[in-house]
Amino acid sequence: MSTGTTKLDVVVSDVVPVNELVTRFHFRRRDGQLLPTFSGGAHVVVEMRDGERTRLNPYSLMGSPLDTREYMISVRRDDVGRGGSLFMHRHVRPGMEMVISYPVNLFSLDLRARKHLMLAGGIGITPFMAQTAQLAADGGNFELHYTCRTASLGTYADVLRERYDRRVRLYHDDRDERIELDRLLSSQPLGTHLYVCGPSGMIGWVCDRAAALGWPAETVHFEHFAAPQPGAPFDVTLAVSGNTIRVGEQQSLLEAIEAAGVDPPYLCRGGVCGQCETNVIAHDGKFIHNDHWLSEEEHRSCKKIMPCVSRFEGRSLVLER
Amino acid sequence: MAAKSIISRPVYGTLSAQPGKHHLFVADAEGALAISDLAAKVPAGFFADAHIIFIPGNDGKHVAALEALNPAQFYQGPSFASALPRLKQTLANAHMGLRLYLAGTEGLIGQAMQAALEAGIDHTAIQTEHRGSLARRVQCVHCKGITESVTTQPATCSHCGLLLLVRDHYSRRLAAFQGVCINAEDRSEIPPTEEIFR
Repeated sequence: MSTGTTKLDVVVSDVVPVNELVTRFHFRRRDGQLLPTFSGGAHVVVEMRDGERTRLNPYSLMGSPLDTREYMISVRRDDVGRGGSLFMHRHVRPGMEMVISYPVNLFSLDLRARKHLMLAGGIGITPFMAQTAQLAADGGNFELHYTCRTASLGTYADVLRERYDRRVRLYHDDRDERIELDRLLSSQPLGTHLYVCGPSGMIGWVCDRAAALGWPAETVHFEHFAAPQPGAPFDVTLAVSGNTIRVGEQQSLLEAIEAAGVDPPYLCRGGVCGQCETNVIAHDGKFIHNDHWLSEEEHRSCKKIMPCVSRFEGRSLVLER
Repeated sequence: MAAKSIISRPVYGTLSAQPGKHHLFVADAEGALAISDLAAKVPAGFFADAHIIFIPGNDGKHVAALEALNPAQFYQGPSFASALPRLKQTLANAHMGLRLYLAGTEGLIGQAMQAALEAGIDHTAIQTEHRGSLARRVQCVHCKGITESVTTQPATCSHCGLLLLVRDHYSRRLAAFQGVCINAEDRSEIPPTEEIFR
C-alpha cells in the first residue's frame, strides 16, 4: 500500500457529458457511507482496469467540499494522450464499480490570505470549482480569471458566472481576449495569494511575471498535473527487488516498476509531491527529468529520479527499488 | 549576532534587494547601516520606489546618510510607537509588489514584522538584518505584561515584579520573548543577575 493512497471502493453514480470534450463522473461509496472530507484543490487517483493494464490517473475533485455524499471529477478527452481519458470517456458507465484513492491536496488554499486570486486555463478550472465553493461558503474573498479557447469549451463558465457573477472574469481565445496579467498582478491588495492551474506554458508565464513583479514565492501556488511524457523504451535494474524491467514507450518508469510487482510510494503521479523520489545507484546515459520536485542541482547530480514523470536514455540504469 | 537555539528563536540575514514595485524599509539606529550597505549594491533608481521609516538612536546619527539615498518618501520619528500608525497605514494601502526590509534591533524587527503579519505578509517573505543592541522585548507568562529593552538574565517584570528567566522561546504574534518566573519554588532564592543582551 502506498503512502496516503488508501483506497476507496466506489460506484459510478452518474456520467454527465458537459461539452464536446469534457465529461463529468460522479462517485459514491459502495457501502453507502459518506466519503472522506476533502479541501478545495484536492485530487484523487482513479484506478482504471483497462484490459491487462492498470492505469492510475489523478483528477481534481470539483464538487463542493461541503458535500461528501459524492465526489465529482471532470475529464477532458485527450485523443493523442496515453489513453486514460479515452478509457474514462469510452468505458466508464453509471453503476460501474471502481477504486479511487483517498483525496490528497497538493494545491490547497492558504487561508491566511486576505484575498485569493485564481487563474485558470482550460480544464485547469476543475480545482477552482471546489476552491470557490469552499471560499464562498464562508464569505472568502476571491476573484477568478478563466481563459478558454471558445465559449462552448469554457467548461463550467456558465455555472461559475451564475454562482459568482462579477467575481468571475472570462477570456476567450477565439475573440482575442487576453488576461492583462501585469496590470492584474500589480493591482492586488497586499496579502493576496495567487493560484494558477492550466497548461504548463500558462503556469510558467504567470509564475515568471509574478516573481518579476515582486510576489513572494510563498504567495504563488500552482498545479501542473504533467502527464508522463512518452519516450524511447529503456531498461532498468531494480537493485533491491532484483528485477530487470523494460519501460515501454507509453509507460512511465513508475508504472513499469509497479507492473514488476514493486510498490513504491506515490501521491500525485505528476512530478510535484516528492513521494516517489528514488535513489540512483549507477547509470550510464542521460536523465530526462520532467519533475518539479528535485532542485536543478539534484537533477545535475544524477543521484535521484522521480519515476512518475522522468525518463532515461542510455545503456544502463540501476535504481534503489 | 543571534544564534539559533530553539526553533522559535528568530535568526536574521543580510538585506538584499528583491524584485518588486515598491520597497518599504523600517529601521532603527544602526539598522541604517544595513540600508547603506544594501544601497551600495542596488541598481541606480532603486530608491526612487522606496519609502524609509527611520527611528534614530539617542545619538541621532545616520539620518543624513539615509536622506542622501533620495527615497521617494522618508520619515523620521522619535520611537517605534510614533512610527507605527504610518507603517500600518502604508501597509493597509499597499499592493502586491511591495517588499519589506527591516533592519536594526530585535525589538524593532519583531514589532514591524508583527504589523506586517497582520497586513498579510508571510514572515519568510520579509528581509531582515539585525544591527545594534540585543535588548529583548519580554512577555511575562504570568501577568502577560511586556517589558521593553531587557538586557539582563534574569530580569524583573516591569508589571508584576516577578523575577523572570528570559527564554529564547519567541512569539512572532506578540513580537516578544517569553519570561518565566525563575524562583517560583522559593522566592527568597535570588540568582545572580548578568547583563547578557547588550
